[in-house]
Amino acid sequence: MPKQEILDPQGQAVANALPRLGFEGVGEVRQGKRFELEVDDAVDDATLARIAETLLANPVIEDWTVRRADA
Amino acid sequence: MSAGARIGVVTFPGTLDDVDASRAVRRAGAEAVPLWHADADLRGVDAVVVPGGFSYGDYLRCGAIARFSPVMTEVVAAAGRGTPVLGICNGFQVLCESGLLPGALHRNVGLNYVCRDQWLRAENTTSAWTTRYEPGAEVLVPVKHGEGNYVAEDAVLDELEGEGRVLFRYVDGNPNGSARDIAGITDARGRVAGLMPHPEHAIDPLTGPTDDGLGMFLSALDALVAA
Repeated sequence: MPKQEILDPQGQAVANALPRLGFEGVGEVRQGKRFELEVDDAVDDATLARIAETLLANPVIEDWTVRRADA
Repeated sequence: MSAGARIGVVTFPGTLDDVDASRAVRRAGAEAVPLWHADADLRGVDAVVVPGGFSYGDYLRCGAIARFSPVMTEVVAAAGRGTPVLGICNGFQVLCESGLLPGALHRNVGLNYVCRDQWLRAENTTSAWTTRYEPGAEVLVPVKHGEGNYVAEDAVLDELEGEGRVLFRYVDGNPNGSARDIAGITDARGRVAGLMPHPEHAIDPLTGPTDDGLGMFLSALDALVAA
């Protein structure tokens, strides 16, 4: 997700479109990305965090979280 | 003028501006040496230009994949030794992703791809790439990008300003909403530079708005002669 202090023009465009479609009451929209990785059980959380930090996200402008789900 | 200076121009899959960058290097009086993304070899060049385009299709983020290419490993190592490196547009994005320059380039405010001739004010005129400009000089150079909105933490911006590391600032309208109208920056040593506008497209009034961009390439040659 773009960091809170980073202006998110894409999210703003979505937010501006909602009232035009009749959806009221949405104050703010922020747009991010989700990656789904299929990994071996041997890949631990620390490795996933390194993957997120070094490639999937740019920590200068984006916050990230890792969530593990069973297939 | 150093007739023997050799300046490398990197080509990734999706690079667009390597031909114009090479032409600018030659116009400045140096030899343009093609560098291929998959080769971990800088062919002994004295300086490197990372040109614009859409390296690796801008997949993931602009410059994010290019950063891991074999040639960039060599570019990062060379920059550490003081080799002048210039990133233009997508090249600027690659240098930020590589950690050679601070901050990041985010989607333009307004979401529009902007393509126009843009006035810039030269601010840092001591870097390896900008000594040919007078402080405060205004130059006209094309911009063409969708993700040129320079962002960094306030502390980083303050450091860039405090150390005089803003190379160029947009004047007469900011095309992308960048922080403090920043168009380009340099590293602490003044050897690695990046900017969103395209000096390589402004080296000849026949093919660009001005020849204002040629000074960046001439500056690098001066720096190589002095070294």
